[in-house]
This record gives sequence, structure tokens and C-alpha cells, in this order.
Amino acid sequence: MSLLVLNDVGRRFGALQALSGISLSVEAGELRAIIGPNGAGKTTLFNLISGYFPPTDGSIVFGGEPITAGTPTALVKRGIIRTFQITEIFLSLTVRENLRVAVETAMGLNLRPWISAAVRSVVMNQVEHLAEIVRMTAKLDRVAGELSHGDQRVVEIGIVLAKSPKLLLLDEPTAGMGDEETHHMTDLIRRLNKDQGITMLFVEHDMAIVFGIADRITVLDNGRMLAEGNATEIAANPRVQAAYLGNAA
Amino acid sequence: MSTDLATEAARTAPQARTGVSRRTIGNVVLGIVLLTVPLWLPLVGGYTDLASRVLIYALAAMGLNLLLGFTGGLSFGHAAYFGLGAYGVGLMLKYETHSLFLALAAGTLLGGLAATLLGPIAVRRRGIYFSMITIAIGQMFYFIAIRWNTLTGGYDGLSGFARPKFAGPGHLLPMGPTGMYYLVLAAFAIAALLLWVVLNAPLGHAFVAIRENHKRLTFLGVSTQRYIAISFAISGFIAALAGGLNALLDGFASPNLLNYSMSGDFLIIAVLGGMRNFYGPLAGAVIFVLVRDYVSSVTDNWMSVIGLVFVISVIFFPMGVLGFFNRKSGS
Repeated sequence: MSLLVLNDVGRRFGALQALSGISLSVEAGELRAIIGPNGAGKTTLFNLISGYFPPTDGSIVFGGEPITAGTPTALVKRGIIRTFQITEIFLSLTVRENLRVAVETAMGLNLRPWISAAVRSVVMNQVEHLAEIVRMTAKLDRVAGELSHGDQRVVEIGIVLAKSPKLLLLDEPTAGMGDEETHHMTDLIRRLNKDQGITMLFVEHDMAIVFGIADRITVLDNGRMLAEGNATEIAANPRVQAAYLGNAA
Repeated sequence: MSTDLATEAARTAPQARTGVSRRTIGNVVLGIVLLTVPLWLPLVGGYTDLASRVLIYALAAMGLNLLLGFTGGLSFGHAAYFGLGAYGVGLMLKYETHSLFLALAAGTLLGGLAATLLGPIAVRRRGIYFSMITIAIGQMFYFIAIRWNTLTGGYDGLSGFARPKFAGPGHLLPMGPTGMYYLVLAAFAIAALLLWVVLNAPLGHAFVAIRENHKRLTFLGVSTQRYIAISFAISGFIAALAGGLNALLDGFASPNLLNYSMSGDFLIIAVLGGMRNFYGPLAGAVIFVLVRDYVSSVTDNWMSVIGLVFVISVIFFPMGVLGFFNRKSGS
């Protein structure tokens, strides 16, 4: 059974039809890329799936259950977690504190005005564990706001990993990164997908990355689905080429 | 394990990461200084009630600062909870009880419950809208107090109550300035300890995370409004306790205690001292109360001096006095 299914989903903002007729299904364990020119509706699609706002048409099913009108909080409980195009972390806290509050959230400890030393050490061990996965152990005591852009994005992934996502939505994970940072990020995405078995949807502009790591690719253009397939199929698709090269077919 | 607040200090002072023991020493020194106030204060020209006032304002501002500095919510209405605490204590002593602790508990409960019930309304909005709602709610109590003459004494305030006497050997002992000071100090110590524990627990971590980035926390599945409301409630209880002590100190509750200008005083105290700093409000209260006390004996325009001090401090020490000294000692 598919983990995530979108049936004829659309979203209108006043007179603007940002997305329409989006039908796709993502299998558990899949690494799916969403590509398309600027304004194609990629981030809108993420916002619909993560509950930032509801679709105006169609339905969304996750794990066999309808989630069309889910709030972010409700969807997170179901295991749908996202990162943002603009990195959203706790800037004046250390990396350790960033991960700690995420772990405490995941463990349902947020409301506790006091915890025992034993629970505290479980939390800190999990923080160390997450830091190892995202390879930030050496920077645990650095203030997040002072890290490089690439490291900040990695911190954000560490934060969302704390929640053990079933479906991870990454919005332009390598945007604005240098070659080395991009390499680390793609390596991290691949490891999270293969080693941790996390189903992922990511928006990406860099075609080398998309073709390099994605299992399947969905192409959006002007709020509609243009094509879907594996790297070879997409690369050979004349409509995709036309959309990207900008010449009218 | 190093505490959150130790790392908070280390952030402003990178070299101070040896922090834990330094912080312990700081707490011990502060404790000794506060415990011995009635001994040394007269020697430097002060009087004990002045120190009580400093601690009461510090307590109210620390309560407010849980919301302001650690949760990121700017309330302009905390005088309401401070004032409710004061009126609660005054009314209890005047009409119901001779027990100091019962009156103090009732006042704290009155202000604290008001904050608990009204906080959820304010936290439905963020930023400036949140602040506006807190003012509106706060002013509501001010106007109730000045209109409800028969109960509150209206503009004249509530008088006709005094600190209860204690059972001494054979006869009742009045509670003098020194006794009052130690009562205030005990309340301050308990509230500070409580705040410290909360700030070093997951609840406090959630507060700080909301201040830093509520959107990130929301997308981790945390309903941030609920946590801001909890912070609001805790800070309301502490402000109410401070207000109750203020009524005991003065034997009087003025409607001005409920006014938004009083809320402004608490904000000035927190920002002046350093709102990212645990003891910032204490430093702010020392400056505020001393300037007010000394300058008001010279001129009625003491508020202009406070204003000047505030403007200078915001320009030159944007992180507050303690924030400034922390950075100094680190570099």
C-alpha cells in the first residue's frame, strides 16, 4: 500500500489556481523528488501535505487514512515532518539545545516542569545519537546561529529526525550551499532513506542531485503535473525538456 | 550536567564556560548579601523597607520575565496580577483573616488564577496584538478597582489593614521591617528556585524554543499557544505573590498598582537589568528602586531620570546591565 496518496488535489488562492489536478502516490521507503521551474507549485504542494493550509480540491490519504484537513500538529503526530525553504531552527541556542528540545518534544516531555536525572540522561543520549547520525557531534556546543548555512540545514534535519518521521518533507535541502555542503547534504539524505528507512519527498533545483539520488521524480509546471517517472524516463521526456528549456513545444 | 542558564551565560561570555562553579559562587555571594541586608544597609544610608521594595519589584519582574525574556511574550498587563495580589491580601486581612500566610496565599491565588484564566485569551494572538490584549485585560481590573468604591476604596485605594502580629513569648509581636524583609526574601528565594527548576526542565526548554522559533516548534507538533499560556499563568502567580507582599509592606493597596504604567515599570526593570539573564530583573529592580527613592527626594520628576537611565541603557547595554557585565567578563 502506498504511504501517501494525493487524489486530484488542488489549491486556489483567490483568483490564482496555484495547484490543480495533482494525483500521485508515494510508496513506503521511497525517495521522491519534486522538481519544476520557479512558481510551479512545489512549495504549495508541501504546504498542503504538511497541513500548513488545506487543499481547496481533492483529498490526501496518509497510511490509509484521510488527512486532507489536518493541522500541522495533527499531521506531525501521524509522522509527517517537514523542513522549510528558509531554515527554521533555534538560532540563539546551541546545537545541543536545539536537538534537546526536539528530543523532549518527541518523548512527550514538554509539559514536565522537572525531570529525573535518569530521564535527563536518556534525553542527552538521544541527542548524542542524533548528532552522530547527522555528523554534528563536534559542533554540539556551538551556537546554531553562528554555524554555516549548510550546517544550520543539517541541524534542522537533526531536529526533525528526533520525531522519527514516517514521511520527511525537505524543501530545497541544498539551496544556497557550496559543493562540499551539498555533497554532505545529499549523502545525509541518502543515508536517512537507506539506513533509517525514512520515506522522503524533496524539492530540489539541482538536477544532478535529483537524478543522482531520487527513486522517482514528479515534475510540476504551472501548478499541474507534467510528468512522473524514474531518472531515465524524466530525462528523456520531451515535455519536461520543453518546460525546463522554456521553448514552446 | 551544566545547566541551561549556565550555557545561557556562557553564550554572552564565551570564556565563562568554566561556568558551573562560578555560578555557584555567584549564588552563594548573592545569598549572603541578601541575608545580611538588615545589617549593612543602614551603614550605607539605606533602610530595610527599601530592600524589601527592591526584592518585591524584582520578584514581579522575574515573574514577568519568564514570559518576556524566556518565552518571548511582551505583556503590558502584568500590573493587573500584581494589583490583584495586593487587593486580595488587603481584603483578606481587612475582612476575613488574621493569618498572614492565608492572606498571602489568597492574594497569590486570586492574581494567579486571573492570569491562568485570561492568559489563554491573550495567547491567541502574537506580537503587538498579544501586547494590546494584555493591556486591555489589565486596564479592566484597574477600572473595576476605581469604580467599585464599597469594596476597593476606589481612587483612594484600600486601607485599614496591617501586617498581622505574631505570637511571641506571652504577648503578640508586631512584624517590623526586618521581619517583613525576611518574609519577602523567603518568598523571593522560593519563587526564584521554582523558576530556575522550570527553566532547566523540558517545560522551560519549550518556553525558550517558542521565543526562538515558534514555527519550528509548531511543526514538531507542539501547540505553542498552550505553552505561552502556561508561562503566562506561572508569571501571573509570581507577580501576584509580589503584589501581595507589596500590600503587606505598605498596609495599603492603591489602584495604581493595577495600572498599565505599573506594568511598564516591571518591563523597564526586566529590560534594564537584562531580560535574557536569570537575575537581570533583580539588577534592574535595584537600579529602579534606588533611583526612584533617591531622586524622588530631590525632585518630583524622578520618572525623567528613570527614563534617561533606561534610554542610555538600551542604547549602550541592549542586553541589559547583567548582559553587559557578562560579556565584559568574558572578553
